[in-house]
Amino acid sequence: MLKLIRPTIVSLFIFSVIAGGLYPMTVTALAQLFFPEQANGSIIMKDNKPAGSSLIGQPFDDPKYFWGRPSATAPFPYNSASSGGSNLSQTNPDLVKQAKGRIDALREADPQSATQVPIDLATASGSGLDPHISPAAAEYQVKRIAGARGIDESAVRSFVAKYTDGRQFGILGEPRVNVLKLNLALDQAQKL
Amino acid sequence: MTTNGIIQIILYLTVLGLLVKPLGSYMAKVYQGESLLITRVLGPVERLIYRLLGTRPEEEMSWKMYAVACLLFKFAFFILLFTLMRIQGILPLNPQNFPGVAPDLSFNTAVSFITNTNWQAYGGESTMSYLTQMSGLAVQNFVSAAQGMAVLVALIRGFSRRTTSTIGNFWVDLTRSFLYILLPLSLIMAIILVSQGVVQNLSPYKTVPLVQTINYDNPKMDANGKAVLTSDGKPVTEPAKATEQSLPLGPAASQIAIKQLGTNGGGFFNVNSAHPYENPTPFSNFLEMLAILLIPAALCYTFGRMIGDRRQGWALLAAMAVIFIPLLFFCYSSEQAANPFLSPLGIDQSGGNMEGKELRFGVANSALWATATTAASNGSVNAMHDSFSPLGGLAPMVLMQLGEVVFGGVGSGLYGLLAFALVAVFISGLMVGRTPEYLGKKIEAYEVKMAAIVILVPCCFVLLGTAIASVTADGIAGISNPGPHGFSQVLYAFSSMANNNGSAFAGLNANTMFYNTLGGIAMLFGRFWTMIPILAIAGSLASKKYVQPSAGTLPTHTPLFILFLASVVIIVGALTFFPTLGLGPIAEHLMLYK
Repeated sequence: MLKLIRPTIVSLFIFSVIAGGLYPMTVTALAQLFFPEQANGSIIMKDNKPAGSSLIGQPFDDPKYFWGRPSATAPFPYNSASSGGSNLSQTNPDLVKQAKGRIDALREADPQSATQVPIDLATASGSGLDPHISPAAAEYQVKRIAGARGIDESAVRSFVAKYTDGRQFGILGEPRVNVLKLNLALDQAQKL
Repeated sequence: MTTNGIIQIILYLTVLGLLVKPLGSYMAKVYQGESLLITRVLGPVERLIYRLLGTRPEEEMSWKMYAVACLLFKFAFFILLFTLMRIQGILPLNPQNFPGVAPDLSFNTAVSFITNTNWQAYGGESTMSYLTQMSGLAVQNFVSAAQGMAVLVALIRGFSRRTTSTIGNFWVDLTRSFLYILLPLSLIMAIILVSQGVVQNLSPYKTVPLVQTINYDNPKMDANGKAVLTSDGKPVTEPAKATEQSLPLGPAASQIAIKQLGTNGGGFFNVNSAHPYENPTPFSNFLEMLAILLIPAALCYTFGRMIGDRRQGWALLAAMAVIFIPLLFFCYSSEQAANPFLSPLGIDQSGGNMEGKELRFGVANSALWATATTAASNGSVNAMHDSFSPLGGLAPMVLMQLGEVVFGGVGSGLYGLLAFALVAVFISGLMVGRTPEYLGKKIEAYEVKMAAIVILVPCCFVLLGTAIASVTADGIAGISNPGPHGFSQVLYAFSSMANNNGSAFAGLNANTMFYNTLGGIAMLFGRFWTMIPILAIAGSLASKKYVQPSAGTLPTHTPLFILFLASVVIIVGALTFFPTLGLGPIAEHLMLYK
């Protein structure tokens, strides 16, 4: 037993120093050296000022912007300081109530869209910070954006196409549209 | 299920399968002390560690000594981690000035991380300082994984050695697992994750303006930080405007790499690998999923190689796959199905059940992750399991309840399955009236008793914990969903904690004195009352003679034995948990389709 006291105590220091000090510091140094942009949060710069992160979604409810996934973070949607999902079960009446509220809002804002609301616009994301919507969800909103901004639907569609990513390497994940980047690009284009 | 989804799953299983042999063989060489390039480079570090520890590699331990070393080692880290959390407020690397963590939460979290569970009753970005994350929690990710692997290696020695009283040196097995396996793999993985967008820095959180100002209702707080309620119990709100976002940063990539590889699963951020900074792209997701099962799968090959019969290792891997793959597709098809409650609303549900899921992963990758993370005792999530369909959530729950032996934790999964293998040869021995043997060792009453403890202790704590929580006010208070799903939340929590998984139906409010304490106890017993009997088996087997296989010996590498072993695992799980599953997910499923 006594023989085990020394290695036990010394091992605290050894593993804390290597795994808790040297290892994360090495990773930080290499990350900052080779991938500084990603390592620091993939910040989007606009006029030399940070305008958000390309990985973290933002809340939109103005008709001239594309709306992202519903977000369940508290106290306001897309609060990145406190990520979270709704954790509502499929049988929870609140889930149905919330989905109905979202669909009503979309129907009111997009009376021209006759198609069904895509599921990703009716359900909250896991993180509450999901930066993407599906191409179908973007298409659902195109008419509204074109009307609110007074530009052609085809022009809006070409913006959507530009900010749509396919499956990674053609196979992984799902096709997706980055909402924040798309909205920033729309604003930028109209300012010019 | 979609064609592309199925292709992604097949691709995943193929890549995993191809990596089993190279990594498994590498790990075997490491444990057998063979000379490799990396051992020549890092050899001086290894020897320096032994010198500082005051141990010599050839100095071996009895199983009791090995077990005491395991326990002392963990107890010391428990004290360190608990203290670190309590006083993080006055320590450096705390740019957000988080105060010390409450005592019950510190107890629960320290237990959770030393037991390789990584149950999290807190949100990382709103509770833990960078120092706590990096030098406390991440260190545990390494050493709890290395410890599981060390115990497995000790058990393997029990099988491969004859008439000896020792099973190896704990410090050596621990150091080799850490230095030659976990550390290099984590380093490579962390850098690739950063390239995909996982953050890695020591900066304070970054505030950015929102493109559009948002109006919202802010709940009013009184002076004590409690929500003010109206007379009918609704929170009082006041209109507020959100104009900016505070982006959480920190040394995430280094921690995420090891939390995936070491079957730990404790997220840097609250929503774990659903967070875009923790899992930004489909490729990062693929890698993180691969890392979940990589070491547990490869250890099967390591086992086969170290006992000198590779077929035995493949047979155990096959038994795992036989259980895992059907549950995976069961979960996937359940998640792809439309929610009948939403059907009247006129939604296009072809995307599947997207509540709580991230768009970049979709249903296929969320279901694959959910089953992989619960098959292994990883417990990280990339979607909110609480919002899964009833049967989609049943699959991960069952995988945990089977005792975390289908892949399981690094080391602990395989030693758990070996306990089941002992029971399987015992039962088959009873059927034909012969003394059971496994890998040339007679399996006698002592081994079977120990194996029974390994299998039954976690089961007991799942059922006892669920029962206590279901009938006490403190337990019921944590439930957030109505009906059978509320019971599922509690059942899931104790299945997760007692089996050292760590994932959750996260709507359950588990950061209370009740859940922190009871869960902490379940985690401790689940980990150490499997580890100690396993070491006892190792000691007993090592002292036995080798028995030549005869015509009457049951071969343990055949499809017959693989199916028999898988059946034993499933039957024990089903007998123990079917009634509770009936009250939870199955009842909820019937409500959905009534």
